[in-house]
Amino acid sequence: MAGSGASSLVLEVENLAAARGLRVLFEGLSLRLVAGEALELRGANGSGKSTLLRILAGLTRPHAGTVRFFGGEEVGRHYLGHLDAVKPSENAGEQARFWARYFGRDAEAATAAMKRVGLSNRSSVPGRGLSAGQKRRLALTRLLIEPRPVWLLDEPTAALDTEGRTLVSQLVADHRAAGGMVIAAVHGDGFAGSRVLDLASLKAGAKA
Amino acid sequence: MSGSFSVFARELKLAWSGGGGAALPVGFFAASASMTPFAVGSETAALQTAGPGVMWIALALSSLLPMERLFQADLEDGTLDAYAGSGIGMEGIALAKTLAHWIATGIPLAVVAPVLWIMLQGPVEATGLVVLASLIGTLAFFFFGSIGAALAAGMRRGGLLIALVTLPLYVPTMIFGAAALDAAADGADWVGPLLLTGSAALFGVATSPFGAAMALRTAID
Repeated sequence: MAGSGASSLVLEVENLAAARGLRVLFEGLSLRLVAGEALELRGANGSGKSTLLRILAGLTRPHAGTVRFFGGEEVGRHYLGHLDAVKPSENAGEQARFWARYFGRDAEAATAAMKRVGLSNRSSVPGRGLSAGQKRRLALTRLLIEPRPVWLLDEPTAALDTEGRTLVSQLVADHRAAGGMVIAAVHGDGFAGSRVLDLASLKAGAKA
Repeated sequence: MSGSFSVFARELKLAWSGGGGAALPVGFFAASASMTPFAVGSETAALQTAGPGVMWIALALSSLLPMERLFQADLEDGTLDAYAGSGIGMEGIALAKTLAHWIATGIPLAVVAPVLWIMLQGPVEATGLVVLASLIGTLAFFFFGSIGAALAAGMRRGGLLIALVTLPLYVPTMIFGAAALDAAADGADWVGPLLLTGSAALFGVATSPFGAAMALRTAID
């Protein structure tokens, strides 16, 4: 269980290529990211932003190349995809408490996270009764319940209102200030002071 | 370990609260066994001959019913991604989910089994054995079934694939389980076949989480 305090946190990606089936999405991606940095992934739909995030999360195997995290025995990562992992029949509060138990945290952590994302008064509402934005907020509680140095976010502000987008920007800023690292696929407004990677420039065959 | 245990507790709760859980498999089990006298005839001798076999076929097919949704819902709503990305082994997730579903559905199947046994003219003295054998049998069926469930999780209408993959794995359990009930119906020694049924179940419990985990990792890739 690595906390956010690992100041030697480094991500090194070398010559990474991703493929979906027979189609190579991007190739020749090399980058280095250190603690406190944020990277915005940009590019058209289908350019491989989500696939890159899944590779970094260890969910999908890369077509070629290597991904290495340094800073502790096993660098903890949070992956937040398009799907919110919200169960329709379970209360919002119960779901947050489940993730707290899952990560070996106490119920206080769940309560605090629910408060932080503005869902305190929705605790007793079952998942199916939440709006798309509220489901996204509930997914965000996982980031707060279990502090992990690396956040991999796939369009984290999708479905969120203005206040929700501000919340995500604030969470990202706090996380970076605490020595964490954020890599996020974004359309529209990014996060202040983050680096930008445009996957279109790494499109397969762009530089033969 | 807290991760696997919390998943187990959650699955158990969701299986009870989320729309019936055991109702469909138990209803299917009861219906198929109670149809038997109409097809086989209601003579005691004929029912006693067919009874143990019918019980086991009905038990195996009823155990297949909940398999399609075992991992599919978690794959579709992103829960498997969240589990996988959080550094807790997929084997533990598969074990926790399968065990919880066996408790929620397999045990109710074993509880109604004696009623069907009596309907099929089985000897009343053997009802205890019927419950025990059904518990062991469903345990094997659920765990072997979890491999098929994991393989088919990413497919629409994966039920056929589950049946094709899983039914051959059910064969040893079926043979020994039916032999144990046959022996009990004849008043012969049923301990040997029951132990073999148990060994098939233990083999399933010990190995299938690894197979299911491998299939699940491929499903989310």
